[in-house]
Amino acid sequence: MKIYIKNANIYQNGKLKKSEILIDRKKIVKIGTKLNASAEKIIDAQGACVFPGFIDLHVHLRDPGHTYKEDIVTGTKAAAHGGFTAVCCMPNTEPVTDNIASVEYIQLRAKEHGSAKVYVIGAITKGSKGEEISEMATMKNGGIVAVSDDGKCVQNARLMLACMKYASNFDIPLIIHAEDYALAGKGQIHSGKICTQLGFSGLPALAEEVIIARDIMLAESSGARLHIAHISTAKSLELVSQAKQKGLPVTCEVTPHHLVLNEEAVLGFDTNTKMKPPLRSEKDRLACVEALKNGLIDCIATDHAPHADFEKEKEFDHAPFGIIGLETAFPVLYKQLVLSGQLSLERLVEAFSSAPAKVLGLPGGSLDEGKAADLTIIDLNKETLFSPENILSKSKNTPWLNHSLPGRVMWTICNGNISYQDFQNE
Amino acid sequence: MTPTPQFLGRNMFDLDDYSREEIMYILEAAKGMKEINLREYKKIPTLRGKTICTLFIENSTRTRMSFELAANRLSADVVSFQASISALQKGESLQDTVYTLDAMGIDLYCIRHSSPGSPQLVHKHSGKPVINGGDGRHAHPTQALLDIFSIWEKLGDLKGLKITIVGDILNSRVVRSNLIGMQKLGAKVTVCGPKTLMPGNMESVYGCKVEYDLARALKDADVVMGLRMQLERMTEGLFPSLEEYSKHYVLSKDTLKYAKRHALIMHPGPMNRGVEILPEIADSSQSVIVEQVANGVAVRMALMFLILGGKA
Repeated sequence: MKIYIKNANIYQNGKLKKSEILIDRKKIVKIGTKLNASAEKIIDAQGACVFPGFIDLHVHLRDPGHTYKEDIVTGTKAAAHGGFTAVCCMPNTEPVTDNIASVEYIQLRAKEHGSAKVYVIGAITKGSKGEEISEMATMKNGGIVAVSDDGKCVQNARLMLACMKYASNFDIPLIIHAEDYALAGKGQIHSGKICTQLGFSGLPALAEEVIIARDIMLAESSGARLHIAHISTAKSLELVSQAKQKGLPVTCEVTPHHLVLNEEAVLGFDTNTKMKPPLRSEKDRLACVEALKNGLIDCIATDHAPHADFEKEKEFDHAPFGIIGLETAFPVLYKQLVLSGQLSLERLVEAFSSAPAKVLGLPGGSLDEGKAADLTIIDLNKETLFSPENILSKSKNTPWLNHSLPGRVMWTICNGNISYQDFQNE
Repeated sequence: MTPTPQFLGRNMFDLDDYSREEIMYILEAAKGMKEINLREYKKIPTLRGKTICTLFIENSTRTRMSFELAANRLSADVVSFQASISALQKGESLQDTVYTLDAMGIDLYCIRHSSPGSPQLVHKHSGKPVINGGDGRHAHPTQALLDIFSIWEKLGDLKGLKITIVGDILNSRVVRSNLIGMQKLGAKVTVCGPKTLMPGNMESVYGCKVEYDLARALKDADVVMGLRMQLERMTEGLFPSLEEYSKHYVLSKDTLKYAKRHALIMHPGPMNRGVEILPEIADSSQSVIVEQVANGVAVRMALMFLILGGKA
């Protein structure tokens, strides 16, 4: 299908420029002014911004196994609603995505029914049990973009070293969820002031930091490519900074919630403030914002983790960890960081597009002639109300439920097809 | 005594929601209730027709009895729901339990639960006032009120009193609520225990003093409160043995010489005699440990009366 986008502010090389885009057969064929093209679909963007389609390195699609929380159809619909055209899905499905058949299932479902490109992440260890190396080379041949035991963490350093050697052998990046189980214990929230006040078991910053320190050392020794998921403490950032200064191939991501919320959000016992890693201290949050700004943190990833109402509507320490994030990610950060003057729009868009693409070597992330037509059209002056009805994810577990946030996604185009359009455009 | 509107229908999640004046008002009301408890016929008709539910998802015979006795003495109907957490997790959720109970017409819930914030959850799903009877390590406001009442009764105004609480501070909801309440009334509180059983940030969160040395903590104390030392903390690796703990932190004649001469001795119970407190202290004339239990009923009666707007 030919799509002609007019009256848009197109984001290229870090600048917004009034121009037009012509899309044909899944590709951007022309970007310029007064294209005067004919097309089956003409989109009048009414001055909205056209950004490269966002890429999320960290989502839980829950398919197969937990499809009451989310599935590939709803998860990618949520992605498109959030401006994402590609997501990487974590392997903590049921069964765990630790073999080629499971990888192919997701790829097939996504190709046939998805509203976004889905890149599969395979498990590091079989069943993510932290006992034996998974068949990661076979999965790599089948198209996985990385391995991770996300949600879990390989505790045995000897095994982790072997996994790193093996992964580097086949050029597979490892994504780690850094959590020392003994230090984390039955922790519910960050070990800090609020934890002392509310009497919860704490998740100490140390539980994250000692594993990051260990895995950086193991990566240095093994030559593995290491990506640290959802980094959340100032000390963790210090460790990554040292690794980067040494020139080690270490990257990291941060979630929107760790950039805008701190431990105090837990005070009302809202289980939508419960996640791993937990919301940290204000000092940690500010360190994350600074690190995103200066590039120490490479990119933003949502850690979209859907859970059903009946699971979250529980006593705080019985509720599962995690919140959804695909749909609110850009609006939350645009409001809290860009509009407040703490972060440039340029860096925000980069951290959502070209930066994550670079981390895992994925295609996309920029708007260029001849490239795949993956883009999102966002009206920065319009708001979205994130009511349960407007959230396309199957689950509604977000601390921004019923919040109205600026930066409304009007259209998302994935592979030259309209994957989302605002009801006002219908 | 007329119920004042600022209490009607309110929750008692913790003392931070209550002003100094409101806490004093509760104490005054409890004083009246204590008199009733000393009568031959210990019952007034004030809450007749009201139904109070004790919802205990964590075992506690003593606190539950105290709540139920309080409700009985005010002539309320009492229903008791007891379940172990595991049973609840297997079957019905707390939310569904509350819907079920609420359908039976409960006017006030008194809840004990191992999870912080559960009283808030019960209120959210029932819309009814809730008295927190202890939620995990978070809060235990009725215990704090009865402790404060016991001090106030013996020593008067708490302003300027030095109160020292000794023991497993980390796992104590009693400490947390007492810190809020006692300091609101002007007392200076010191908490003392081994570092492994002391939460971080105590000074900045509560504005209290932290001491790891018992002699220093007890210095010039007007009130000394011991806390129960639980054996399972040892298996968690937080201290090596009860004997070693006792050597450093037991309340005895010997250690109490650092406190003021007639310092009030308190303990929320149940006591481990010989571990955190020696009988010579627990049973001494300075001790109000048994009276604390009696005061618990009075304080809970006062709260129920005020929240449900009983008629004098």
